[in-house]
Amino acid sequence: MTTTEKPDYKVIGTRPIRPDGVEKVTGKALYGADIHLPDLVQGAVLRSPHAHARILSIDTSAAEAMPGVLAVVTHSDLPVVADKVLDMGEGASTASDMSKNVLAADKALYRGHAVAGVAATNVHDALTAIEAIKVEYEVLPPVLNVQDAMRDDAPLLDESRHSKTPTGEESENASNVAAHNRFEGGDVEAAYAEADVVVEREFDTKMVHQGYIEPHNGTANWNSDGTLTVWTSTQGAFAVRGALAELLQLPVSRIRVIPMEIGGGFGGKIGVYLEPVAALLSRKCGRPVQLTMDRTDVFQATGPTSGGHMKGKIAVKDGKITAAEVSLAFEAGAFPGSPVMAGAMCMLSPYEVENFKVDAYDVVVNKPKVAAYRAPGAPNASFCVEQLIDELARETGADPLQFRLDNSAHEGTRMITGVAHPRIGQEETVQAAQASDHYQSPIEGPNRGRGVAGGFWFNAGMQSSVVASVNPDGTVNLIEGSTDIGGTRASLAMQLAETLGIEYDSVRPTVVDTDSVGHNDVTGGSRTAYASGQAVYEAGLDIQQQMVARAAQLWECEAEDVEYADGGLRHTSDSEKAMTFAELAGKQMETGGPLQGRGSVVARSPGAAFGVHVVDVEVDPDTGKVDILRYTIAQDVGTAVHPAYVEGQMQGGVVQGIGWALNEEYYYGEDGRMENASFLDYRMPTSLDLPMIDTIIVEVPNPGHPYGVRGVGEVPIVPPLAAIANAVHDATGHRFTELPISPRRVVEELHNLQ
Amino acid sequence: MPRRTHIQTTLNGEEIDFLCEPRQSLLEVLRDELGLTGTKEGCNNGNCGACSVLMDGRVVNSCCVLGVEAEGAEVVTIEGVADGDTLHPLQQCFLEEAALQCGVCTPGFIVAAKALLDSEPDADEGRVRHWLAGNLCRCTGYDKIVRAVLKASEMEEVSA
Repeated sequence: MTTTEKPDYKVIGTRPIRPDGVEKVTGKALYGADIHLPDLVQGAVLRSPHAHARILSIDTSAAEAMPGVLAVVTHSDLPVVADKVLDMGEGASTASDMSKNVLAADKALYRGHAVAGVAATNVHDALTAIEAIKVEYEVLPPVLNVQDAMRDDAPLLDESRHSKTPTGEESENASNVAAHNRFEGGDVEAAYAEADVVVEREFDTKMVHQGYIEPHNGTANWNSDGTLTVWTSTQGAFAVRGALAELLQLPVSRIRVIPMEIGGGFGGKIGVYLEPVAALLSRKCGRPVQLTMDRTDVFQATGPTSGGHMKGKIAVKDGKITAAEVSLAFEAGAFPGSPVMAGAMCMLSPYEVENFKVDAYDVVVNKPKVAAYRAPGAPNASFCVEQLIDELARETGADPLQFRLDNSAHEGTRMITGVAHPRIGQEETVQAAQASDHYQSPIEGPNRGRGVAGGFWFNAGMQSSVVASVNPDGTVNLIEGSTDIGGTRASLAMQLAETLGIEYDSVRPTVVDTDSVGHNDVTGGSRTAYASGQAVYEAGLDIQQQMVARAAQLWECEAEDVEYADGGLRHTSDSEKAMTFAELAGKQMETGGPLQGRGSVVARSPGAAFGVHVVDVEVDPDTGKVDILRYTIAQDVGTAVHPAYVEGQMQGGVVQGIGWALNEEYYYGEDGRMENASFLDYRMPTSLDLPMIDTIIVEVPNPGHPYGVRGVGEVPIVPPLAAIANAVHDATGHRFTELPISPRRVVEELHNLQ
Repeated sequence: MPRRTHIQTTLNGEEIDFLCEPRQSLLEVLRDELGLTGTKEGCNNGNCGACSVLMDGRVVNSCCVLGVEAEGAEVVTIEGVADGDTLHPLQQCFLEEAALQCGVCTPGFIVAAKALLDSEPDADEGRVRHWLAGNLCRCTGYDKIVRAVLKASEMEEVSA
């Protein structure tokens, strides 16, 4: 569906086969765990069995003496690093915290926290050896949720940490609250006093994992000349390089990170876990070392996203939202850095809200340090806000989509940050959902219900850099540095083909290592098709300009008399003079040598994404099982470069949201042990749990991109939690304010009502 | 080092032999001893299906099969699904339908779907969803995977 007229593109909007496709369907593509290097040895990591414990001593001597063991490392092998903030692209951490997360220092702060690493001639010897490492712990009481962690008498994860208050000061007493921020505007109390209806509720969500199928891996070779090569599956090779440079105190130029194919990330493969340990082990034993995680490690020791506690109070008068007061407290895990600020800034952004007061608490708990997860923070916060909006629509007798449309933000509406929206597609997206066959069809039958919810995500811009080499036969090699997680080789090659007016098949994209292209920020923040696409466009223009100059040279005329159009060069007044792209590409030697285009950008106008979801459910009152009967997602994507991969992002995000809503949670025992750290017990949706996911592509072009591209990947996970809760409410009359809405919870809560 | 056993098996149509320790899984043997890394490890305990291979025509999670159990068996991995340069219809349909994003679960899905279509060429959507429930994909939401398998089932080559 096209909402706005768009130019007549030749390549953009088609659905070609991705350049890396054949390798991936034949098993030839090499992911991080697939590489075999000469002299490669394997490693294993010893992890804390306690959620909170002081490490009194570590004795590695017995492990070091075991057959096959080549090296053992602990935190003491890492250099001391400063409290410098490392911005990894999606989420920042201090180098000091990251160093303590990679290998625990004086304290183990969650079960699964890495304590020591071993390299051995094979993985079985390494696994045997870690059991021989003797660690003396003083076990401490863990804090496992934000309410407990915020109590005055709570055990402290870090006795020296004070809270940053909204005024920028430090709290008097040490605290597990790393930061408290506030956004305030207008007068909420006055609005409440005048309101027709005010609704107020509290909500809780649990920690959940990105659930990528490929476990983390890291392979490192530390050469005797002090250079380090790392092979890893990462969303950002340059982010890994930067982190390693800080953690290992090496010059950036000495580190080469080779990005392998990546088996999913969703934000969880931006930070470093194994790479620094593999590097230290390699330095000690003089051989390349490979570390891989098992699934339990992935759950317990990599970054999930926050659970948390939320309080919301929203008022309406004459059908308009007049005030919103929301307090969010999110688990950061063992070190500060939850996505609570992102959640706070996103949840009200689809709407006009004049009076607001939003509090955001970043709280450390004895769980793994959270990482980004697809629109980090926004799904939780929208679980709160979009349910309150549903309730307001019901109480005022309004249709829930019309209520959202009547309150929609538009160009010029200020978000709570004070920033005004540029041209956005919120209204068009709500209207597309309203007009959908799904929303127009009635839902009938007992225990069935329909829910809707909206969502917003900023999308990121950041830095991208590409080089495009023109070959003598008229093909082009596109050298880029953005990890391809879901088809960006295709979407970038398409944008270059469009810019140059050549065939998609003439462009061959390759993702290269950190030595081979300029800096590229992470594939995250839904930025790659947008920002790297902009860099590709710049490279295409660069080639066009150089070709114009070369044609002018061949035709002995001024460059102004030559134009680049329709994939070729032509003289503006002499129709005899024309050359195709390929013809001029074949004359490089006589026109100045190899022709390369460059594009380097700091993309600053990402164009926000809005999504509106409609879902029908059926609730089995006996078993508590919630079935998804039908699901429709409408989303403004700006311009769909490759519509099939756009749909794929939308469908994948929705299904992760369905899992989050209905089944997924980190289930903890009182001792801080995650009791469901396997794919058997941490139940992600399977094909059997789902219907087809219907997609409505809305295209309101982003004025900040040459082809109108907006980020697509993240916003689809924002609305499902609330949309499903609203549908379950519609089906049962009961509002579920705590996730997941699992069979156990449904049976318990419905039973308690009776 | 534990004593290694000599195993003879048929792998992707070729008779081969290898040595393996009793504790090594078939997955480990395929990846680390035979260099066939197309079969992926996602969980190593039989819950994700990324390591699906065919053993005597039946789908198995190769992480839950010991290497020594391959003695005398016929094993097909993702590397043996295409016919030389000619992709299997499932592989072609996965490409055309954009049924992969990161691609790490794809080999397991294609192998599992092949087993289904080999025995039930007319499988409908419900059957496909049921059959593939042992394979986890976190990127696609399964929509395009199911469509790709259904499209492949309609191609002549599969039922032939």
